[in-house]
Amino acid sequence: MKEYAYFPGCSLEKMAVSYHQSTLETTKKLGIKLKELEDWNCCGATTYFYIDELLAYTLCARNLAIAEKTGLDVVAPCSACYKNMFFTAAHLKTDADLAEHVNFALEEDNLQYNGGVNVKHLIEVFAHDLTPEEIKSKVTHPLEGVRVAPYYGCQIVRPQKGKEDVEQPQFFEGILEAIGATPVNYPLKMRCCGGSLIISSRTAALTMVRNLLKSAVDSQAQVIATACPMCQVNLEVYQQQVNLEFGTDFNFPVMYFTQLIGLAFGIPPKKLGIGKEFVAVLPSLVPAGKK
Amino acid sequence: MEKKEKIGVYVCHCGTNIAGVVNVGEVSTWAAENLKDQGVVIARDYKFMCSSLGQELIQKDIKELGLTRVVVAACSPHLHEATFRNACKGADLNPYLCELVSIREQSSWVHTDKVAATEKAKALISGGVSRVVHHEALEPLHVPIHPATLVVGGGIAGIQAAIEIADAGFQVYLVEREPSIGGHMAQFDKTFTTLDCSACILTPKMVQAGNHPNITLLTYSEVEKVDGYVGNFVVSIRKRARSVNEKDCTGCGICWEKCPKKVVDNVYEVGMGTRKAVYVPFPQAVPKYPVIDRENCTYYIKGTCKACEKFCPTNAINFAQEDEILNIEVGNVILATGYDAFDAHRITQYGYGRLANVFTSLEFERLSNAAGPTGGNIVMRDGKTTPKVVGIVHCVGSRDKNYNEYCSAICCMQSLKFAHLVHERTGAEVYNFYIDIRTPAKGYEEFYHRLLEEGTHFVRGKVAEISDAVRLPGEEGKLIIQVEDTLTGNQLRVPVDMAILSAGLEPRADAKEVAKKFGISCSADGWLIERHPKLDPVSTVTEGIYIAGCVQGPKDIPASVVQGAAAAARILGKIQQKEVLLEPVRASVNQDQCSGCRICNNVCPFNAILFHEDTMVSEVNPALCQGCGTCVAACPAGAISGTGFSNLQILSQIDGLLMLNIPRKEAVV
Repeated sequence: MKEYAYFPGCSLEKMAVSYHQSTLETTKKLGIKLKELEDWNCCGATTYFYIDELLAYTLCARNLAIAEKTGLDVVAPCSACYKNMFFTAAHLKTDADLAEHVNFALEEDNLQYNGGVNVKHLIEVFAHDLTPEEIKSKVTHPLEGVRVAPYYGCQIVRPQKGKEDVEQPQFFEGILEAIGATPVNYPLKMRCCGGSLIISSRTAALTMVRNLLKSAVDSQAQVIATACPMCQVNLEVYQQQVNLEFGTDFNFPVMYFTQLIGLAFGIPPKKLGIGKEFVAVLPSLVPAGKK
Repeated sequence: MEKKEKIGVYVCHCGTNIAGVVNVGEVSTWAAENLKDQGVVIARDYKFMCSSLGQELIQKDIKELGLTRVVVAACSPHLHEATFRNACKGADLNPYLCELVSIREQSSWVHTDKVAATEKAKALISGGVSRVVHHEALEPLHVPIHPATLVVGGGIAGIQAAIEIADAGFQVYLVEREPSIGGHMAQFDKTFTTLDCSACILTPKMVQAGNHPNITLLTYSEVEKVDGYVGNFVVSIRKRARSVNEKDCTGCGICWEKCPKKVVDNVYEVGMGTRKAVYVPFPQAVPKYPVIDRENCTYYIKGTCKACEKFCPTNAINFAQEDEILNIEVGNVILATGYDAFDAHRITQYGYGRLANVFTSLEFERLSNAAGPTGGNIVMRDGKTTPKVVGIVHCVGSRDKNYNEYCSAICCMQSLKFAHLVHERTGAEVYNFYIDIRTPAKGYEEFYHRLLEEGTHFVRGKVAEISDAVRLPGEEGKLIIQVEDTLTGNQLRVPVDMAILSAGLEPRADAKEVAKKFGISCSADGWLIERHPKLDPVSTVTEGIYIAGCVQGPKDIPASVVQGAAAAARILGKIQQKEVLLEPVRASVNQDQCSGCRICNNVCPFNAILFHEDTMVSEVNPALCQGCGTCVAACPAGAISGTGFSNLQILSQIDGLLMLNIPRKEAVV
């Protein structure tokens, strides 16, 4: 049985609780054990690294140190958490001076990080650690005919972590195919959702969301699948603002990829957090009365 | 042994190259005084030892003082070892009794502290003197040269080389992997800058090579194994079964007319067109005989059909034909195996293979070729629509640290040629997206100016992405090329109908194996390495193996022809000499000490070490050995020693370097 240390991150406690629920449900079905880190803290999110780098590294390193005690790879479902933890782990490995400073601070908490943790995004577990056959074997309600736009966003693959394709990766498509859905050719799948730009530059951020939604419509997708709470919020919650700003009439469902997998696995929609969206999920995916 | 050697030490100023840093006068005086016990009878310094006056100085001393050893402290042996050995020979001293000490590359050029550099020069000379004492008089090996030559690769470079040698009256075996010679040049439509029809200038040469009485054409064949050494290579060639008897076939073409099986041609037509299962790659193929592609032929798959056999008027089809192994003897080899075009799929953001109207340069060559799949009509992937706007992306896979860092040399000119052809034949608006325009050959810059005048757009910037994601009005149904115009600093979105990726050149996928097979080496990026990048660009470190054309690095047709002819000229010179003299600096195995571990067999870069299964010992083939010394260092039993670099010589040299040979007077504090 596969076992991982699980770092849900702050978003999954509130805004993205449906991502949390669907993650736990689908992994359970696949026999994957997610062991939530004890007493984890915020990853520093988008801003902290620009305010105080050393403290931001220490914040992430604390989670890594807790994860190291479990001896497991740590999995983060949020792209920002993943990116922060991945690069903290990478820098601590190569920068002995930084590691010394960070460990000095961690000592206060009786913690120490020795550089032994692999950080993974949740989608990597589905794409790389599981074979398509393993996913297929649990599918009871294949999403046949459902055209899905696989939206990677930026932080899963960027900055480049190894030699992987950062321009046109295909692993998300592979997962969607495994659950019987049809991944569309979504040309903007790697474009940024705007992140927290909405706070500082509303029009620029809404333009970015508009482009992403338009491209999904042009690709004849029925639903956008995301793997990040930030992307999900930007694409879904701000649709009304986009419509007001640009006179468009988007009403486009955006779902976590784990919710789609869960539906294909026959997990009741309620258990996947479906029903909390701003834009209603496709009726074909959740027929009336099916809860 | 106590025959005292008489050693002369000659310290060169090399103008100011050495004398500017090393106090050469002091060094020579020091050598005369302090190395007297080692046998030094004379030490001189001179402005240019390599000049004829300098050499005469040495020769005079050899004759008048009866010198038995000579040490020249000057530049690297790579440069002038041969010069001074010849000088010694001229004065009847065996040339191998001369030792060159590098006080330029190893002292004056790499140090600025004059005192320390002078002391280092003394130590180096002391080492050289200690070593030269143990030199032996050696004679070069005389090896006869087999007059035949093997040319591997039937592209333009190989064809040129083969014809040059054959015209001079010597036998050539021209081996080509594909069913026809011609190489990439046969796929092209026009050649820059003259816009000559590529086939029109190539096919006469192909025919000449095919009909030449001195050229044995071995197409659909590959070299399997190479043994032997310069002058005497034995090469095994696998002549793959064509399934057609060449002596009966007339090349009439009825077989491929009647063959019911169409196959996408991924080689000659780069997937743009089809051929039959029995085929010649193109109408002007040389030789004219077709081959049956057994992977796709219905008979080999299902056991029935035989349409070709039924209709062949001369009964030339032979389904039972088997591969033949030919063993040939040749004196020299030219490798002209060419290049692979960069696989544009690798740059995923350019959309090749995903976006229909993104073409590669080779695809465009076929598209614009009158004998190609569209009869020369430049149309989009649907086979009928003429593009109105065409974008040409330069440097695809070149000058990019993610793929190849080098410049592929031909892409600028190839792109300009494409721009001209598109403009001329379709009237379309053409954009060139370039990093820099590089047109460094005769007539090339003029061609660039001609394109500028034709109204082609040039945008200086590396294309970020080619996409079909429509954002702005006017982009519907187009490919959008996103690029920063670095001359104006603006981000551009250029909507085009067709994008052409000017793909760079890459070493053949199997270049490393080929290099190993022939005992030569590849550079880090995979091109075969020449002996000297400037002064010896067509020979290699292995005697008798020459390289020509793109196998050595990216180059255009004229440069490939030049190298083919140059390699041929080098070989003709060797053949005329009838024998080669080989350096006697060789390794040899002491058979009593050899434990038969075979470690040396694998470390030898020249495949010069044989293992005798019967006696369980290894032996160095002196004609193949290049005296590199790798095996000497690798032998765990110390059973291998090298003439010219025996343990005694090396250890004495080290003693000399450390001044252990000079009795210490007192410690200077």
